[in-house]
Amino acid sequence: MQADKTFDVIVIGGGHAGTEAALASARAGASTLLVTHKLSTLGQMSCNPAIGGIGKGHLTKEVDALGGAMARAIDSAGIQFRTLNASKGPAVRATRAQADRELYRAAIQKILKEQKNLALHEDSVEDLLIIGNKITGVQTKNNDNFYARCVVLTTGTFLGGKILRGQYSEQGGRVGDAPANKLAAHIRSLPFKVNRLKTGTPPRLHKTSLNYELMASQPGDIPRPVFSYLGRREEHPKQLVCHITKTTEKTHDIIRQEIHQSPMFSGLIKGVGPRYCPSIEDKVVRFADKASHQIFVEPEGHNSDEIYPNGISTSLPESIQIDFVRSIIGFENAIITQPGYAIEYDFLDPRDLKLTLETKQIEGLFFAGQINGTTGYEEAAAQGLVAGLNAQRKAHEQDPWHPLRQNSYMGVMIDDLTTRGVTEPYRMFTSRAEHRLLLREDNADKRLTPIGHKLNLINDFRWQSFNQKMDAAEKEGSRLQSIFIRKKDLTSADTKILGTDYKKESTAAALLCRPSFTHQMVTSLSVVGAAEWTQNNLDSELIEQLQLQLETKAKYAGYIERQEREIIKHAKQEALILPTDLDYESISGLSNEARQRLQATLPETLGQASRMEGITPAAISLLLIHLKKRYLDKTA
Amino acid sequence: MTDQNLYIQDTIVASASAAGIGGINIIRVSGPATEMVAKIILGEIPQARVATYKKFLNEKKDLLDMGVAIYFPAPESFTGESILELHAHGGSVIGANLIQAIISLGIRYADAGEFSKRAYLNGKIDLIQAEAIADLISSGTKQAAKAAMNSLSGAFSDTLNDLNEQLIYLRLFVEAAIDFPEEELDFLSDNKLLKHLDICERSFHKAQGSIQQGQILNDGLKIAIIGLPNAGKSSLLNLISGQDTSIVTNIAGTTRDIIKSQVDIDGLRVEFIDTAGLRDNPDIIEAEGIKRTNEVIKSVNLALWVHDASSSKPFLANNLPPDIPSIVVYNKIDLIELEQECTDNKKEYLYLSASTGKGLNKLYAAIKKSVGYQNAGEGTFTARERHVEAISIAIKHFFNGKNALIKDQAGEIFAEEMKLSQEALGKITGKITSDDLLGKIFSEFCIGK
Repeated sequence: MQADKTFDVIVIGGGHAGTEAALASARAGASTLLVTHKLSTLGQMSCNPAIGGIGKGHLTKEVDALGGAMARAIDSAGIQFRTLNASKGPAVRATRAQADRELYRAAIQKILKEQKNLALHEDSVEDLLIIGNKITGVQTKNNDNFYARCVVLTTGTFLGGKILRGQYSEQGGRVGDAPANKLAAHIRSLPFKVNRLKTGTPPRLHKTSLNYELMASQPGDIPRPVFSYLGRREEHPKQLVCHITKTTEKTHDIIRQEIHQSPMFSGLIKGVGPRYCPSIEDKVVRFADKASHQIFVEPEGHNSDEIYPNGISTSLPESIQIDFVRSIIGFENAIITQPGYAIEYDFLDPRDLKLTLETKQIEGLFFAGQINGTTGYEEAAAQGLVAGLNAQRKAHEQDPWHPLRQNSYMGVMIDDLTTRGVTEPYRMFTSRAEHRLLLREDNADKRLTPIGHKLNLINDFRWQSFNQKMDAAEKEGSRLQSIFIRKKDLTSADTKILGTDYKKESTAAALLCRPSFTHQMVTSLSVVGAAEWTQNNLDSELIEQLQLQLETKAKYAGYIERQEREIIKHAKQEALILPTDLDYESISGLSNEARQRLQATLPETLGQASRMEGITPAAISLLLIHLKKRYLDKTA
Repeated sequence: MTDQNLYIQDTIVASASAAGIGGINIIRVSGPATEMVAKIILGEIPQARVATYKKFLNEKKDLLDMGVAIYFPAPESFTGESILELHAHGGSVIGANLIQAIISLGIRYADAGEFSKRAYLNGKIDLIQAEAIADLISSGTKQAAKAAMNSLSGAFSDTLNDLNEQLIYLRLFVEAAIDFPEEELDFLSDNKLLKHLDICERSFHKAQGSIQQGQILNDGLKIAIIGLPNAGKSSLLNLISGQDTSIVTNIAGTTRDIIKSQVDIDGLRVEFIDTAGLRDNPDIIEAEGIKRTNEVIKSVNLALWVHDASSSKPFLANNLPPDIPSIVVYNKIDLIELEQECTDNKKEYLYLSASTGKGLNKLYAAIKKSVGYQNAGEGTFTARERHVEAISIAIKHFFNGKNALIKDQAGEIFAEEMKLSQEALGKITGKITSDDLLGKIFSEFCIGK
């Protein structure tokens, strides 16, 4: 074995999962190799040029809170930033940014190149080296062998990828990139359950061929949101305006007429597509009474001539794509630079994975990203981070770590995947979380940065910044708690701010609990005064974070307490590890269905078992009793 | 596995006595909040392991019962946790009220076999008993689940299912609004949502009504037999109870006091109360009787207005308090020829003869129908306790949520409260997972880019 070919961890794939995996592994101290078939496409956004959105923005902030790259990259590549759900309360607000693809790729590549312990290598991995049931390394197309204790596979849609458009089909993981068929064949020979999923992409349009005058414009928000906890507005490139347009009756007529040519309707596609991201064919057929569907006209970047028309993903033949695109308002003279297509690909049943994303069958082999049946950059990045970190920990013989449903959306996702598997590409939604009011964008750092620090994922700069913020929040919180606002002390300016609603006297902190009161309003009362942090010369971005955190904490106090009590109640059940040699057939009282499901999935914890389909609370009680008996038998 | 205590326990309560009417009903509380329960129900924590005669009070300090209380501090108890045993008087009403008072302190109703399970997990029961408990749990839940829906009247379970559907539909709007804010439709400001909020509220009111009905079933039904003197009220009571409970003569005004008789109609406990005859010029003793009659009428669930079919005296139905449901009974049909003579009113009438027994079954059917009662099986009492608990929690969250939406426009709080409401209801109607909900959203709305 050559020394320069031996690493602690090898990551295969350079997409969003692969880059976060490699970065996390290297950050936490493992010598890491990232192998990708094309170094220039590291950090490529192969679908829509945007980061964030509901649930996804939450994931991005969580990755950031653990020191990941995604939020920082989008802060230097975002060309339009918005806060979604701004009118609906902080728990469900989420940040979304339109990206300049080129800038995003450059930002990711810069972070990768600056990362200590990380080597980047261009080649295609064609084989996994496995001895017994342990991974030992990988073999590349150029016949190089690389060795490592742990390997993270993040091949996205490249495994057995098949592009479809009308009658036309070709092998491929992304237009212009060959699929990883040899690797796919090899993985299919391993004892994993492999299945097919489908996704699609819209045609790309030439920027100057569109008539923006006919479309509604959609500027970014002011004040402009920032993604990373360390992010600053000044990092943002020049901002652009996006547009919204819509389909017409004519569009729908064309699609209805030609629907038989769509591979989804002709039966060429067998994989299951996501219901929340339907193709335009799907929308027209399934919601026939809807006269028009909206399309987000998203620029791909400052130097790009392409437009991503979000909302018309299609696999109709190219000639029909041209017809229906030109029936859309403002697209009358549109030039298609790259037609839309559907892509079918292999994914591995994530129930074959542990909560660390290590496979149950092959020791040291981890899967992350779209290969696990998820969709979306953010979902991929979050898995990459968890897999990369655990690859490092395993290589260094440290205890594994996995996020929990109660501390993060990452935890919700990984638990969902490994417990329930997927039937369609898995996307994050806030409704998937039990503790939505706890898992917010504003407190991802509070939830995860201290954990990340223990796991060696957090650098000194981030840690100092985090502590500074927490100290300031703590101080301000107790200051507001200590100020009792008496009516007799109010100036006329104060009364104006408080309005007629101030009847019962309260502390400044209690005032903040009221729905209509912001931190800024409360501290502008002369009897309260400015926060101490105003003297510390903090950046305005940090002050905004602090204000939001204080307000949110106050407004959700009752709910947060309730959810925290719930979590404590279930904590032991969550943490109770189910032995892997548990024989479910021998547990008396369990129904046959429960036995079979448990035996097939082998859940890792009692909490996980309780969330499996078909497992009742009674079955969990029986499991508990069996475990106790087993324990007593062993100690007797 | 080195952990002896497998999970943190909440505090549970249940009757430890067999279902049915016994002399003593032992209510058992187990868990870390036991001491808190003792302080409120008994006013203090009694001396450990000493039987103490105490008043049992609810949180408002109303007296519920008096009986023996025994406190077993952890770990020296059956479950290994602190236990409080309240030996209340038998009869389901007292027990139900006591359990309700304890549940309202934040204590949970115990699952089937849960005391034994805790005992086992805390090392209090012999190893060999593990299998037996396992059987108990699996059979207990099956029974409870069966009882949960089966024991209810058809109307009640329809109400609950309907309510559940309404809640799901509401949640579709709010969850879609939160997870898909970029859609053209703002689900939260849509009038449809407000409309469905109203529909849902009506369903909740209906369910609340059904709860009261359930309570009637629990407590037993009280029926007053009222009517003019010599209408045959006492004869009717005697017919029903099958014994000479009331003195029956043909001199008007014989019954001067209140006479009660408890009977079981197909499992429904009914207390019939014979009242003094109402008439215009009572003598002094009877005046007292009539006063009591009026008090009785206020406390019953149903009034049987007995009228002499052979008499031409006026009806006097306007003497009844208006909010008490009543059944009009024409007695003495053996003395007349045709029933039609008496159908001059819009009310539904029943015809029977207290002396021959003719028409009695129709009366029973009418009584059962009036409270929506169908024959109950075993274990229905327990099942109903859970229903009451689940529905009251669901109602509380529903109104919290509605307030949050209407007053503060706090959609996310509304969503949270609706979720909690449905979780509570889900204990009866079955769980809805987030996947189920998302599936419904995608089929209901055209969503996604």
